[in-house]
Amino acid sequence: MNIDRRDFFKVVFAGAATALTAPTAQARPPKELSPDAVGILYDATLCIGCKVCEVECKAANAMPMSHDTPLEQAHGVSGLWDSGNDLNSQNLNKIKIYANGTAEVKDRELDGYSFVKRNCMHCVDPNCVSACPVSALTKDPVTGAVTYNPEACIGCRYCQLACPFNIPKFEYDKAFPKIVKCEMCSERLAEGDIPACCDACPTGASLFGRVSDLLNEGHRRLTFQPSERQEYPVRRLDGGETRTAEVATYYPKIYGETETGGTQSLLMAAVPFEKLGLPALGDESRAQLSETIQHTLYHGMMAPTVLLGGLVYAAYRHTHEDREETSGDQDRPQDGEGRGHD
Amino acid sequence: MTEVYRPVGGRLLTRQFYFMGFLALIAGYFIIRRFIFGIGDVSHLSDGYPWGMWITYDVVTGTAIACGGYAMALLVYVFNRGQFHPIIRVALLTSVFGYTLAGISIVIDVGRYWQLYNVFLPQYANLNSVMLEVALCVTLYTLVLWIEFSPAILEAMKANRLLRQLRHVLFFFIGLGILLPTMHQSSLGSLLIIAGYKVHPLWLTNIIPLLFLITAIAMGYGMVVFESLYASVNLKRELETDMLSRIGAVIPWLLILYLVLRIGDLAMTGNLVALTRPGPEPFLFAAEMALFLFAIVTLLNRKLRERPTVLFWSALAVVLAGALYRFDAFMIAYNPGAGWHYFPGVGEMLITLGIVAIEVMAYLFFVKKTPILAMHRPHPA
Ligand code: SF4
Ligand code: SF4
Repeated sequence: MNIDRRDFFKVVFAGAATALTAPTAQARPPKELSPDAVGILYDATLCIGCKVCEVECKAANAMPMSHDTPLEQAHGVSGLWDSGNDLNSQNLNKIKIYANGTAEVKDRELDGYSFVKRNCMHCVDPNCVSACPVSALTKDPVTGAVTYNPEACIGCRYCQLACPFNIPKFEYDKAFPKIVKCEMCSERLAEGDIPACCDACPTGASLFGRVSDLLNEGHRRLTFQPSERQEYPVRRLDGGETRTAEVATYYPKIYGETETGGTQSLLMAAVPFEKLGLPALGDESRAQLSETIQHTLYHGMMAPTVLLGGLVYAAYRHTHEDREETSGDQDRPQDGEGRGHD
Repeated sequence: MTEVYRPVGGRLLTRQFYFMGFLALIAGYFIIRRFIFGIGDVSHLSDGYPWGMWITYDVVTGTAIACGGYAMALLVYVFNRGQFHPIIRVALLTSVFGYTLAGISIVIDVGRYWQLYNVFLPQYANLNSVMLEVALCVTLYTLVLWIEFSPAILEAMKANRLLRQLRHVLFFFIGLGILLPTMHQSSLGSLLIIAGYKVHPLWLTNIIPLLFLITAIAMGYGMVVFESLYASVNLKRELETDMLSRIGAVIPWLLILYLVLRIGDLAMTGNLVALTRPGPEPFLFAAEMALFLFAIVTLLNRKLRERPTVLFWSALAVVLAGALYRFDAFMIAYNPGAGWHYFPGVGEMLITLGIVAIEVMAYLFFVKKTPILAMHRPHPA
């Protein structure tokens, strides 16, 4: 009934080897922004809520019209709603509204309202890319756009669980479903074009550019004085097209500059970002933590290999008797009856 | 140390068996609907709750419950407790079906099942993905389980030559069969690390792989005890209380280790204050603790654990505690943000129920028709 000491120590040794090889694995460093990474700076104070970006997004990505049955019944029409009331498997880009109290004044937290644009944030260190078992989600090494390959995807939806912004959507209503998400119009980017939403935006609220330049532009705006008139670039930062607009009181932060290790979609607004439905996130991506823990445990597969050796040896010793006995072939099991170790 | 295994025999097609078959048929109907009309037709899964009942019960909890084979192999082969050997085969039986049916549920749950083989293709492998590790380990372990279990089938088929050859290599699969669950039962917990704030702070911790592993082993022992007592009563066999209470005696130490680690970690990270937050989570946490403590107190006491009824309820408490821990972490205390709600749909629950029914049917079939259960008195050779 006593534990065989030697075997016990063997296991302890294997366990200790697992534990001791672990600390030599380094924490995985955060992913760096590519110098040519591009993105979208959305400025809620410039947005007029016209939703032309939603329309052009649907056109560029061949997305179907949405149906909203209660709305259709209320208005006695069918199929006129080109977009649903939130991001879903038919909407990659959505303008939403924050309203408080009487909602009298734009860009004010109390008794005011604000628009906000939601789409994939194209994280610098994306959780979805780390999570996907089959590399169906990948990050372009140059542009940084996070794109989806349906040929690889198995539909496990781990990306949905992993994304802190609940961006990847899944076609729950289809027999042969896909994951759907904003891919920053990667095909248009490849042709030197800019994302459809930025191209469509008449006010410069959605602005395309290099992420480092967009951040500079964002910080420039944070120095503006409320109610002065300022030049704002339209469509693309380096396109030369501008318009003048009155400056609102900015909430002093660019969302996405540090969140979850940085994002390539950046947001500015007059209202705190939590109010606009953007989660308060730490500066490190969870992907970094998850990969550090996982790779620490499986440091170069060394620990499992050591452990397997020990386990196979233990099993070998304890099935010894069994191999001896059956190879002798004396004790054939009788009808439907077995004996021995397995 | 040679045991004699015998089929229990008896009528297979009992009323109970027909009832299970009926449940399986209902599940079959919903499974067909799922494949024709999509996952949304039978389930309440959504973009906010991409994982629900199927992953939480069938895969995460189901494979932990199916850790009996793994837990017993640890005891017999690693800790050299040969006297428990007669239980291994029946423990393997529940493991084999637990894992196989978890695999089948995965095919139902994943959206693009016809591409599932992509997880085996090196050009798609993402070595950073916890999911890849889980997928590969679970698949491989299911195969290993069938190999470990195959002597029972080969004996029933009287394939003696194959049996002899198999016995010479079996030790390798036994070793592998201990390594693989150690890896994926811990990784099943690690799956949640990346979800971050969506997991409630009472459940989200960097030591989640260790907590999942310890509870999976404890649940494995719990299930072996529970199932043996249940089967003895149902199949009218003699109770093996003596051996089972000795297995039960291992459980409290695992659970004490688990509680020290879990509460110590919550205290160190400061997440213990989450207990004072409003909402159902502190109560769920308390319910888990109560079940764990009940099992510890009853199983630690020798007099108590030798009473079959106490042993039965304590073993059930361990399984339920581990199951609740998993349900809380993956489903009940999981919150993707404002506006999302989840309660499993009718079809979703009936599919899960049908899968459990198939497990019970397969168990009854194998126990009655193949040599799984050890005889109490050694057969005169
Ligand atoms: S926002 Fe979500 S989907 Fe987009 S890159 Fe980041 S993690 Fe991936
Ligand atoms: S659903 Fe597809 S894209 Fe998302 S993690 Fe799974 S395999 Fe990858």
